[in-house]
This record gives sequence, C-alpha cells and structure tokens, in this order.
Amino acid sequence: MTIASPQDLAVPQPPSGQLQPQGWLRYFSFSLDHKVIGLQYIVTSFLFYLIGGALAGVIRTELVSPMSDFVSRETYNEVLTLHGTIMIFLWIVPVVNGGFGNYLIPFYVGARDMAFPRLNAVAFWMIPPAGLLLIASHFITGSAQSGWTAYPPLSLTTPAMAQVVWIISVLLLGGSSIFGAINFIATVMKMRRPGLKLMQLPMYCWAMLGTSILAVLSTPVLAGTLLLLSFDIVAHTGFFNPTLGGNVVVYQHLFWFYSHPAVYIMVLPAFGLVSEILPVHARKPLFGYSTMVYSIMAIVFLGLIVWAHHMFTSGTPPWMRLFFTIATAFIAVPTGIKFFNWLATLWGGKIALNSAMLFACAFIVNFVFGGITGVALAQVPFDIHVHDTYFVVGHFHYIVYGGTVFVIFSAIYHWYPKFTGKMLDETLGKIHFALTFIGFNLCFAPQHWLGLNGMPRRVAEYDPMFTTLNQLSSVGALLMALSTLPFLINVIRSFSHGAVAGDNPWNALTPEWLTTSPPPVENWKGEAPLVAHPYGYGQLPSAGLPVDQATGQDVWTGS
Amino acid sequence: MPIPPSLITFLVGMALVLAGLWLGQNVSLLPVDASVNAPVYDELFKVLFSIGSILFIGILGLLLFSLVRFRRREGDHSDGAPIEGNLPLEIVWTAIPAVVVLFIGIYSYDIYDRMGGMTPLNDHSAMVHAASMEASATMQVANAATSEEPRVWGGIGVRSDKDILPVDLTALQFAFIFHYPGANITSGELHVPAHRSVELRMKANDVIHAFWVPQFRLKQDIIPGQQTILTFTATRPGTYPIVCAELCGPYHGGMRSSVVVHEPDDFEAWLQKNSPAPPPTASVAQLDVLPVA
Repeated sequence: MTIASPQDLAVPQPPSGQLQPQGWLRYFSFSLDHKVIGLQYIVTSFLFYLIGGALAGVIRTELVSPMSDFVSRETYNEVLTLHGTIMIFLWIVPVVNGGFGNYLIPFYVGARDMAFPRLNAVAFWMIPPAGLLLIASHFITGSAQSGWTAYPPLSLTTPAMAQVVWIISVLLLGGSSIFGAINFIATVMKMRRPGLKLMQLPMYCWAMLGTSILAVLSTPVLAGTLLLLSFDIVAHTGFFNPTLGGNVVVYQHLFWFYSHPAVYIMVLPAFGLVSEILPVHARKPLFGYSTMVYSIMAIVFLGLIVWAHHMFTSGTPPWMRLFFTIATAFIAVPTGIKFFNWLATLWGGKIALNSAMLFACAFIVNFVFGGITGVALAQVPFDIHVHDTYFVVGHFHYIVYGGTVFVIFSAIYHWYPKFTGKMLDETLGKIHFALTFIGFNLCFAPQHWLGLNGMPRRVAEYDPMFTTLNQLSSVGALLMALSTLPFLINVIRSFSHGAVAGDNPWNALTPEWLTTSPPPVENWKGEAPLVAHPYGYGQLPSAGLPVDQATGQDVWTGS
Repeated sequence: MPIPPSLITFLVGMALVLAGLWLGQNVSLLPVDASVNAPVYDELFKVLFSIGSILFIGILGLLLFSLVRFRRREGDHSDGAPIEGNLPLEIVWTAIPAVVVLFIGIYSYDIYDRMGGMTPLNDHSAMVHAASMEASATMQVANAATSEEPRVWGGIGVRSDKDILPVDLTALQFAFIFHYPGANITSGELHVPAHRSVELRMKANDVIHAFWVPQFRLKQDIIPGQQTILTFTATRPGTYPIVCAELCGPYHGGMRSSVVVHEPDDFEAWLQKNSPAPPPTASVAQLDVLPVA
C-alpha cells in the first residue's frame, strides 16, 4: 500500500458498509476499523486481567499461612504459571500495544486506519482463542506447572499435555504480537499524513516504533525456542534435555533473549502514554522532546543486550556477568532521562489533580522505586543473594504493575471521553486511585524485605518467621482487588449516565481530540489535521493550534 | 532579605545526601552475616541503599512539591510556560546518572572480585578435582563421550589457600544430600567448621535446583548436566537455613535443609561421631532424615 492521500480514502466504500455489522455488534465482528480493534483489545485483555487477578488472589490466600493448606501444591504451581502467563501475554502486552496502539497511532500519524487493517483484525482475533485455550486447558488437561519461564528440565517432566497447550497458546499470542508490531512499524513509517515529519510525531508513536522493533526482533526467538521445547516434550528430542546431551542453560539464554525485551515491550508503550497524558493535564509542552526520542531508541538497543542478567546464578562465565552488569545498569541512564524530563514537564505547569494525573504521577513514584531496585539487581554480587526471591517478585511488580498497569488506568481516565463521548466520575476515580496505590504498596513493598531475609519465590509454604509480612502483603492484595470495583462501576455507569464530554474535554492538542467523541469511521469527516506542534501548550493559539489546517467540520477550534 | 533559591537548593540537596547516608548506615534490612562473603556484600548493600534512598526521596520530594506548588487553582484556565527543553539541563541529568551508574558498576565489580566471583575455576581446579569426580560416572552421556574431563562451572566464592573441605552435594526432587568424601559421611544436613573454606561440588539428578543460604549471601543454581563448584567460608557458628531457590516441582517450597556451622573442634567431634564403621557400604544407611515436605 502506498501513501494514500486523505482525499482518496475519504470516499466511502458502499459494500463494506453493508456487510459489516453496525452498532455494538461490530465489537464482536471481524471489524477492520482500528478504533474498534483497539477497544476489542482493551476490553478483552481487561477480562483476562480479572482472571489473572483472581489467580493472584489464590496465591495471596495460600500465602496467608506458612503451610500449604489452601490449594494442592500442584494446583499452586499451575496457578502461578497461569497468573504470570495471563498477566504478561493476555493483559499488559495486548492492552498497551494492541489496545492503545491501535486506537491512537492512526490518529497520531494522521491516517484513516492502520497500514494493514486485515492483518490487524487477524492479530486481535488470535488472542481470544489463545487465551481461552490456556484457561480451558486447566479444566481439561490441567495447566502447565513450570512457571511462565518454563525452564527445562522441569517443563519436560511436568505433565506433557499441559505444557504443550501452554506452548501453543504462547505461540499464538507471540504471533499476534509480531503481526501487530509489523503493522505499527508500517503505519508510523509509511502512513504519515503528507507534511507530517517524524520529529513532529507525538511521543507515543516513537514508543510504539521502538517497542515494535523489539517485538519483531525478539519474539521470533521465543517462538523458535518454544518449538524446540515442544519437540523435546513430544518427539523426545534432546535440545534442552541433559539426559540426551542437551543443555538447559541454552534454553535460558534463548528464553531471556525475548523475555527481557518483553519487559520493554510492556513499559515503553506505557512511557509513551505518560508522555501524552502529562503535558495535557499540566498544560505545558513535553520537556526535551528530542532527548526523549533518543532515550527510547537507546533503551531499545540496550534492551536487546542485557538478557543474561536473569542468569547470574546459572553458572555463566565471569566476563559475561561483567558485561551484562554494565549493560543493564546503563539502561538506567536513558530511563532516568525520561523521568527527569517528565518531572521538568510538571515543573511550573498548571497541574490538574484528576484521576488521570494521579495515576500517572503514582507511576513515576512506583517506577522510580522499581528502577532503583533494578539497578541494584543488575549488580552481580547483589543479585547472587536475592535472585529468585521475593525481592525480585517485589521489583518486577513495581515495574509492570506499579509502572504499566498504573499507566493503563491513567490512560483509561484520559481517553474514556474520546472512546465513549462521556466523562468518567472523578470521585469514584479518586477512590479507585487511593485503594490501588495503598493496596499496591502494601502488597509489594514488604516483599523486598522478605526476599532479602530468605523467602524464595514460587513457594506455597515458607518459614513461619515470614508470616506477618506475608499477611500484610495479602491485605494489600485484597485492597487491590477491591479497588477494581469502583473502577468497574465507574466505567459501566458512566457509559450511560456520565456527563457528556464533548469533542475535547481536556483542551488537548494531539490529533485524536480534533474530531468528534467517539470519532467517526475513518477518524475525520474532512481532511486529517496537520498537527505540527502536538505539545504546543502555553503558546498563542495561532502558533500552537493548527486551526488553519484543521478544516474538518467537527474539528475543535476553541482556545 | 529573601534567601536565594540556589542556596535553598544546595541546602536541600545536602540534607538529602546526609539523610541517604544515614539511612544506608543505620537501617539494616539484611539477616545476620555468617560467612566471609556476607560483610563484603553488606558493604555493597549499604552503598546501594544510600544512593537509592537519595534518588528516591529526592524524586518523590520534587514530584510532591510540584503537585502542590503548581496545582491548577480554581478558575484558572491558562497554560503553563511554553518551555520545551533545556540542553544544559539534559546534559546534567544524562551525565550524573551515567557517572553514578559507572561508579556503582566498578564498585560492585570490586566487591564481586573480593567475593571470589572472578576466580578462574574452569582451569586448574577442574584438573585438581577431576580425580575425585566419581560423579562423572553418573554424569551425562554426552560429557563422558566428548571430553575426558567434564566441564566444571564456577559459582562465586572466596577460597583460602589452606586446607579446603570438599563436600559433594546432590540435589534431587526434593532434597539436598551432602556427602563428605574424606570421612565417607552422607547427610541430609550440611555441617561445616567455621573459618575453613568449604568447597561444595554440586550436581542435580533431575531438574534445576538452587543452593541458597541467606546468611551467607550466596546462591548457586544446581544444574543437571553441569557440575558446579561453590566455595564459601563460614564465620559465625549457628544453624542457618538452606533454601532451594529455583522452582523444581510441587514440593519446591518444602525443599529446605540446614547448614550447621561448628567451631572447628566441635566439627572434628561431629566427624568422628558420624563416620561410619569400617565397611563403607553402610554409609547409605546413615542418611539423615530428609526434609521432604
């Protein structure tokens, strides 16, 4: 597909209008509209989030007492495997990439849709079957018991059928991720509105470009590795089976070659979303645009060469430990640049303390904490003590929950008015925020101490000296579970009863706000606006607002 | 006369650094130290804790200050100042973290070296102990077929030059079994003398396990198909937990044992008491109770 000028695409195509279901039914159809697909991703992965959260509830209930007394030990291992797999592959990765990516990227590049709308729909529709397969397997064959990392030889000796189903499911989800990533790269590089330069794109485009590069480079490695693992299980080959001459450490290298970049596949889009949300609610331009772009690309590069820091206790040679220590610690530099730039964005702004802003600021606090423990973990001697303990569990939940999930909530408060045309209730939003923030810190902060003092991860039973802190952590988990209620009530109730949002309730400058709420099919009734200054807050309207170019009938033209 | 902002910034920064240093020195989050490695580790921990506290409190303070000071007042619909960046500022907050990270990296490398992490175990020690490797008979077919001496993977560990106590460790689902080749003792519990280097030669029979003693600040995966060596010197007599830290199956949480650090004389006594009677084949019956479940 070549660069289509908006005039060509604006011509409606009658057949598609009649064959595609309209109204709410299109959300259950093979829709090609990027906005429908984006919302399909967001809602589907939120349902999986509820399942993954229930599994976390099982884990925290088991850990209330030091004995294994709530579920059987096998079930406990199944639960922790499913929890990790669902939260990573069915919640965080799809929602920040497929969900918000699909909804926002075409707006941001000034396109009517993604570069490959059919591939886009295929990528989405791989997710529900893969997720249902994974969950259904629990009731048919039992589910995998070897953790989301599926290290051999454990994954070769636990029930084979369950492990194979797990592999098929992850392969489907990985395929979906690759299709999505190809689409994002093509859309950002090739579908930009004529006249829109790369360095004028909103930061989320850069984040998605970086993320997609990572996904395209590393996900195939995971797919290949899991295929070899399935051969070991099904055909009794010996790639990773030491009794047949295989090497288990090779699996770890291949697995982490994907799974460390996967962390950035989960957090880089969140960084991008925060870069969109903060300037709008602080009424200031995003500070240091170009350094933000360079730091994303630095994170992408460094993210590919740090995987062995997950293997410092696996008998890796000393030089390798040294190299991966330094590479890992240096990721803190571009990441730090981004955080300082966000703080500078807030400095001197007119900050609206609404739910979106509170969640975004809590993200900064949580992620800085997780980043500091991350730099500590990068140091080999430090890691040797706390590797595979609750310290690590605390650390990565600060990164993926305190980081990404807080941003997801922030983004929902920010873009819900665009999705539905209705505002979310601020009081319920603030209750949701307070419960989530307190519950999250109560749940995961004590886990650092537990890990330092001798509690390994992935255990159903533990030393009774750790009981009190584990109970505290479980109380935090309960608060987090409860915090979902005001959110769900808010989202469902506001859909029918919420205040009417109007086209641009936040007076934002990025292109998705320069159309109706919800936007029409193909995004703008008229020509796509050319937004050369997506963060031009605090300037004269004539300089900041592309009013003269934004000629669409419904384009917001206020001050 | 108003206090100049630069002075306030300076004073706040100083207070922050002092607070961080104080926290690092006075807040202890770690269990008791019981090996030569542990005090070295704790030194690193204090440095990381101080730097981390300074950064975290500083950023948290800056954020909270901004949220209060620059909050949007009722009825104010104007925008903030149109500041899009500041190159000197960007250079400062690129350079300072880079220097800090580089410092931490070099410092932790030094710590790692002092903990014995850079000892080239693959060369001479593999030869020295090749003879004692009856393990190689049961080790992997591929290893035995392709190389004369099985490859030994080094874990971390300080090794003193005087006499080293070798102990064989076999990990299996779901127990650690220790064997003292000199005294021909097999035990489910590790007994070691204080102030003498112990060399654990570790192998796994089924899946990956990990040997972790939190009070020693040491952990090493025990990997099927690769014999691994971990050296440590205990310092403080007492009983400490040995924890399996790698998911190894349903009873992973129950795969625990203890290490008992004796005074050197007490250790000799323990050896005497537990050495089997002359027919060495009886040693298997000497197995202590395995801490399964």
